[in-house]
Amino acid sequence: MQIRSIGGKVAVFVLLTVLGLTFLAPLVWMVATSLKPIDETMDNPPTWIPKEYKFRWENYANVIVDRERWKPKEDPAPPFVRYALNTLYLVVLGTAGTVMSNALVAYGFARLRWRGRDALFAATLATMMIPFPVIMVPIFGIFRELGWVGSFKPLWVPAWFGSAFNIFLLRQFFRTIPTELSDAARIDGCSELQIFMNVIVPLAKPALAVVALFHFMYTWNDFLGPLIYLTDQRMFTLSLGLQFFQSQHGGTQWNLLMAASTLIVAPLILVFFLAQRTFIQGITLTGLKG
Amino acid sequence: MPDPELGEGEGGGEGGTGRRQPRKGPTTHHPTRGRASRRGLATGLFFVSPWLVGLGAFLVYPICASLYYSFCEYSVLLPAEFIGTGNYVDLVRDEVFVKALANTVIYAGLSLPLGLIVSLGLALLLNTGVPLMSWFRTIFFLPVLVPMVALAVLWMWIFNGEYGVLNHALKPVLHLIAAVRGGPDPTPPGWLSDPSWSKPALVMMSAWCVGNSVVIYLAGLQDVPQHLYEAAELDGAGWFQRIRHVTLPSISPVIQFNFVMGLIGSLQFFAVPYVISPTGSPARSIYFLPMYLYDNAFTYLRMGYASAMAWILFVIIFLLTLLSLKVSERHIHYGGE
Repeated sequence: MQIRSIGGKVAVFVLLTVLGLTFLAPLVWMVATSLKPIDETMDNPPTWIPKEYKFRWENYANVIVDRERWKPKEDPAPPFVRYALNTLYLVVLGTAGTVMSNALVAYGFARLRWRGRDALFAATLATMMIPFPVIMVPIFGIFRELGWVGSFKPLWVPAWFGSAFNIFLLRQFFRTIPTELSDAARIDGCSELQIFMNVIVPLAKPALAVVALFHFMYTWNDFLGPLIYLTDQRMFTLSLGLQFFQSQHGGTQWNLLMAASTLIVAPLILVFFLAQRTFIQGITLTGLKG
Repeated sequence: MPDPELGEGEGGGEGGTGRRQPRKGPTTHHPTRGRASRRGLATGLFFVSPWLVGLGAFLVYPICASLYYSFCEYSVLLPAEFIGTGNYVDLVRDEVFVKALANTVIYAGLSLPLGLIVSLGLALLLNTGVPLMSWFRTIFFLPVLVPMVALAVLWMWIFNGEYGVLNHALKPVLHLIAAVRGGPDPTPPGWLSDPSWSKPALVMMSAWCVGNSVVIYLAGLQDVPQHLYEAAELDGAGWFQRIRHVTLPSISPVIQFNFVMGLIGSLQFFAVPYVISPTGSPARSIYFLPMYLYDNAFTYLRMGYASAMAWILFVIIFLLTLLSLKVSERHIHYGGE
């Protein structure tokens, strides 16, 4: 609802500025602390900018290298680098699987007609109600039987078998693509797989980007999965690594903890600014059609 | 497999393009409909085959198994042993479970309404046509990007009783309280180290992470037909009345969606409190149901007990969702799209 009076506009703008600064403050505080020496983190009153503009960039180097814990003989990469590589590995395998499997399945639900389709789709939607703790124990049992506990497999293999939420999201999008396009391809003798690859996938790129982006975010953020399945510290992801780091340095070296946190948040913020439109679109898509 | 039978006639209902043309009997290519529909079934199943495996292995089987385990003594190491309703009976008597459940209910009961007010309030402000709207929207969204573990670490630092920036920021407020009441400044809260402040602290933190809802509300608000506001204004409705009688009814489905999503999220609140303290200290004040569940499953290897707990969690989520649907039946207004 538009506000037309100048006074009202100014009031709203001032209010938004105050609220905006409040929302921004924790993040600024995180970066500010990450650039201070340890004694300055305990200054009273606290300062937002390190004294004499001496920015302690070496805090970041110390976090990444982490000399105390790094045993180059066991692992050539320092812990934090190892965490980042592990996370990237899971992001690449999981995102590839998520996009491919969900697009294929969504095509089957959105553009093909077969007996039992609607019943299966209804069942798919119903599974979205199931909270993860309900299925956590048996899934752990499956991976234990397979001998996968302690490996990366439980964290990326399931992504190759679709997820109800993504199927739903992509199905909604596929249904908005005019059927005339597929019909024309069909008359030209294309198989369904060819139509999927050559007609639907190119047109559905924005929605596929949303699915990929959400999975990337999910993997980067996931804590419970790695906590359950990863046992070797050298296989930790960034989230699990940060928790481990905090349990080691917790309560004292806030400058290093904030540097580590900043390192984990920064790539997400970068991706957000590169793909802001996709983000907003994706959230709106899930919110209004979900 | 060029098969005109496939993919036909989709787009009925809401998702359709709205400009379908009548089809000119392509089915005549086929000698029998039966063969076509069998081929259609094969193609359909081919496309959904990953999900058939996923649904079976990662949902249907686990759901059945977990329900069975909840009536069993099961440690993963040994085969499950059926014990009837023993787990459920024990849960009711388990003080830790009752405490964790109460913590979870209190947290959800405080963070849901606060989140609703904050996110809807921000969305209403953003929707007034002020300059730099997309900048403000970005700022309110940024906290959503912070991973749970980093979120916990960051707020532990902000809430730090001695050096935390929050207590420094509160000093003027404490001065004010002292000036009004007389006497010395009251001691600032210890937040995460004080059992009576730790849950409110987490609720405050949760209000920082409402960016998702803000974006969803904003999209909903932008869909409210402008002519409704104009009509209300002509009838002499003030700003507040327009919000009350035009905006809120129009976006009620969005409010409900955010409420249900928030409910599911807050009842499964795990990573943040676990990072702050795996035992939920001080005094188990931030020991939430998912944490006790995790501990039973993976620390004490009481997987049957954990499964019983998970089913109770599911029933709570299910009933509350149902309740919100029932309530909304009376209050929700779906626009005539």
